[in-house]
Amino acid sequence: MNKIVKYVTIDILKSKVVLTYLLFLFLTCFGIFNLDNNTTKGILSLLNIILFIVPLVSLIYSTIYIFNSGEFIELLVAQPISRKKLITSIYAAVSLSLVTAFIVGAGIPVLIYSPDKIGLLFIITGALLTLIFTSLAFFGSVITRDKAKGIGMAIFIWLFFSILYDGILLLIMFQFSDYPIEKLIIVLSSFNPVDISRILILIHTDYSALMGYSGALFKEFLGSQKGSVVIFAILIVWIIVPTIAAIRKFIRKDF
Amino acid sequence: MLPLHAEVINVSGRDKITTIKNAVDIAKDGDTIVVNGGIYKEKNIVIKKKITLLGKNNPVLDGEGTYEILTIKDVAGVVVSGLTFQYSGFSSLKDLAAIKVIDSRQFLITKNTILNTHFAIYIAGCDNFSITYNQIRGVPGNDEQTTGNGIHLWKNSYAKIANNNITGHRDGIYFEFVQHSTITDNYCKSNIRYGLHFMFSNNDEYINNTFEKNGAGVAVMFSNNIHMFKNHFLFNQGESTYGLLLKEINDGIIRDNVFEQNTIGIYLEGTNRIDVTNNKFLRNGYAIRIQASCNNNNVNNNNFFENTFDVATNGSLVLNNFNGNFWDKYDGYDLKRDGVGDVPYRPISLFSMVIENIPVASVFLRSFIVFLLDQSEKIIPSITPENLVDNTPLIKPVKM
Amino acid sequence: MIDIKNVNKKFGKLHVLKDISVQIKKSNSVALLGPNASGKTTFIKCLLGMLIPDSGTIEINNQSIKGDYKYRNIIGYMPQIGRYPQNMTIQQVFDMILEIRKTALSSADTELMEAFGLKALFSKRMGTLSGGTTQKVSACLAFLFSPEIIILDEPTAGLDPLSSEILKEKIKHERSKGKIILITSHILSELDELVSEIMYLREGNLVFHSGIEELQHRTGEKSVSKVITSILKTL
Repeated sequence: MNKIVKYVTIDILKSKVVLTYLLFLFLTCFGIFNLDNNTTKGILSLLNIILFIVPLVSLIYSTIYIFNSGEFIELLVAQPISRKKLITSIYAAVSLSLVTAFIVGAGIPVLIYSPDKIGLLFIITGALLTLIFTSLAFFGSVITRDKAKGIGMAIFIWLFFSILYDGILLLIMFQFSDYPIEKLIIVLSSFNPVDISRILILIHTDYSALMGYSGALFKEFLGSQKGSVVIFAILIVWIIVPTIAAIRKFIRKDF
Repeated sequence: MLPLHAEVINVSGRDKITTIKNAVDIAKDGDTIVVNGGIYKEKNIVIKKKITLLGKNNPVLDGEGTYEILTIKDVAGVVVSGLTFQYSGFSSLKDLAAIKVIDSRQFLITKNTILNTHFAIYIAGCDNFSITYNQIRGVPGNDEQTTGNGIHLWKNSYAKIANNNITGHRDGIYFEFVQHSTITDNYCKSNIRYGLHFMFSNNDEYINNTFEKNGAGVAVMFSNNIHMFKNHFLFNQGESTYGLLLKEINDGIIRDNVFEQNTIGIYLEGTNRIDVTNNKFLRNGYAIRIQASCNNNNVNNNNFFENTFDVATNGSLVLNNFNGNFWDKYDGYDLKRDGVGDVPYRPISLFSMVIENIPVASVFLRSFIVFLLDQSEKIIPSITPENLVDNTPLIKPVKM
Repeated sequence: MIDIKNVNKKFGKLHVLKDISVQIKKSNSVALLGPNASGKTTFIKCLLGMLIPDSGTIEINNQSIKGDYKYRNIIGYMPQIGRYPQNMTIQQVFDMILEIRKTALSSADTELMEAFGLKALFSKRMGTLSGGTTQKVSACLAFLFSPEIIILDEPTAGLDPLSSEILKEKIKHERSKGKIILITSHILSELDELVSEIMYLREGNLVFHSGIEELQHRTGEKSVSKVITSILKTL
């Protein structure tokens, strides 16, 4: 681990924002597990909060961090270090800090109350979502020049994946409800990292059987071993593509 | 007329009489045939006398996958107990069974074990009989078409089906044209279609049974005056799977049952004047799905806990009464302190209406947009049926 | 040696550097002057690879800097305003830059660091430092690796007079070692003893680039400020 990663990580972990985030996750998780004596239900309640909070915090915090470190990044750009290494180091540091906050804040309570496949899946999914939205925030920050626009972009990305995307899909469903659109909808919803994470967790809890998912498209398409591999592949693509795009933009960026 | 000397006839490889058929041939009314341990492959045994057939040391009657094993016809007072039956013939034309009883009465089939048969116990045209304490296990992996029912009753009355354990058949217990009968303390698990199935049967009751992981727990169709008390419906999960399916039935009572983790707790279609009271609905996908074809049903004094959807329906006009239940999702207040919420509760969520029309919308279950939709619907109801409402929702769960 | 040929840079419609060609040889100390928005900072940033010119070539020691970053090993840079991560200590900042430069603190040029007395503040967090102290950190970083080329953007802004003097002494000392030094400043008076050449930019054009002695000779003035004023009158 190079020192940029090391010291930027330490810098972020010392900041009150990330500590607050960690503490918030920690208390929320313990609170929910203590309210529900049923752990599956606890995981499901938590899922809603995580799908809401993790993308939001990852996006906004990463964006603000990058803009606040503007001059520092400029100083480093003037140093004998390749820009690719610089941006990947900062990305590694920011995402490492947020993933650490997530794993400590949410992972510990989850593993205490649900030390099983679902718990583990939950933590992995949360960590992947953190990486995805940090990487989207990096892309957004690299292509915008001022902070206000950058934060606006971050909020838009969050709104888009959390609400707008599903809203559009619902509209499509209403418009074309007379056509066989099941497969299309499932494929389209799997393009959204938030949707696919939710579905991934749901099909691995008994909740899916309860909702009559089992015989239907869901289990066949996404519930199999192959389906899980496909879902993880999609999530990883969502990490890699914006990161590469951000690196390419950063290499050519004027400071 | 009582026989003067009731005799005991022993059957075994070491006895003078080695086959059950032989014993039946020489037996008189009132005799007891004791079948000792061993495997008996006797094709079809037919009993037309008042005989007690007792198994001792686990005798096995084997139908070799070809024959109906035991047939009882036109007789009263037969007892079949302590035998193991296995491998009856399979025929979709002849309904072959391990034990078939036709046009008889006052018989008792008890404590038998019936394995890998087409139908296990098949009763037609009988009355006043009991089937108790039998262990019945069907052929694993068969589908609905090639498997028969566990306990199959056709045109009977005054039957008592109790304490049986039935698994792996098409229907665990099947009633067609059966009147005035009781089904108690049975355990029906993992049957391919239904745990218990009523067709055209009136004035029956089933009490204290457990229906677990069946294609559907219980189906009551085209039947009137069925009483359903203290049963446990659990883990009946899957696409179009129910704890209790009601179709074209009138005047029944559903009381003191527990519905737990079923895809749909109770499904009602073409159902009239049913009382659903004092039941507990826990963690079902849908607690109650009531189709628009249902009228004058009363759903009162039930407890609803942690169901994804409490009530769903396919129509906009609802002529049923949902008052006085406890709903854990109710967030109203009780300023009058009379234990009844001051604001009505609407147990139907907007999203359940959406799924009703577009099933694939269930990809959005538990998503943020659904939460937003349901919240906005709570404030301004627009799509959900206006009169499906609990005007007196309880603040605390009903004590059970 | 720095060799810049026909460099152009536009930001959208704004043409910030117009066909600049300049050569800076060893042992020269150049004052980069010009009014606000004349392209000084853009020029420096092009040299540092922070901006990529639209056209033209920049060579340092006969090597094009395009697509390269290693050439910056021989450049020390002090930005106008240095800002650092709030929770990082001075020590960590040095540590990080030292690692990037693959140098140990023991073999680095710590003269300035000692003169400023920064070692005593090593465990302080950057967020708690005053503007002046932060500038001292930036200055130390620029000289730390005994670079062949030193670029200073408004070096004395925000420094107290004593520290300014220390820095100026250091600049003179380095120049005497044969290094190239590039300074921008608004305070012309402080450049008097520091520079050997003056580059003057206006609206993206290089107005002139000459040795100080030649300019003094031409104008008959001594101090940099007077030299500049009198030249600007003639233009």
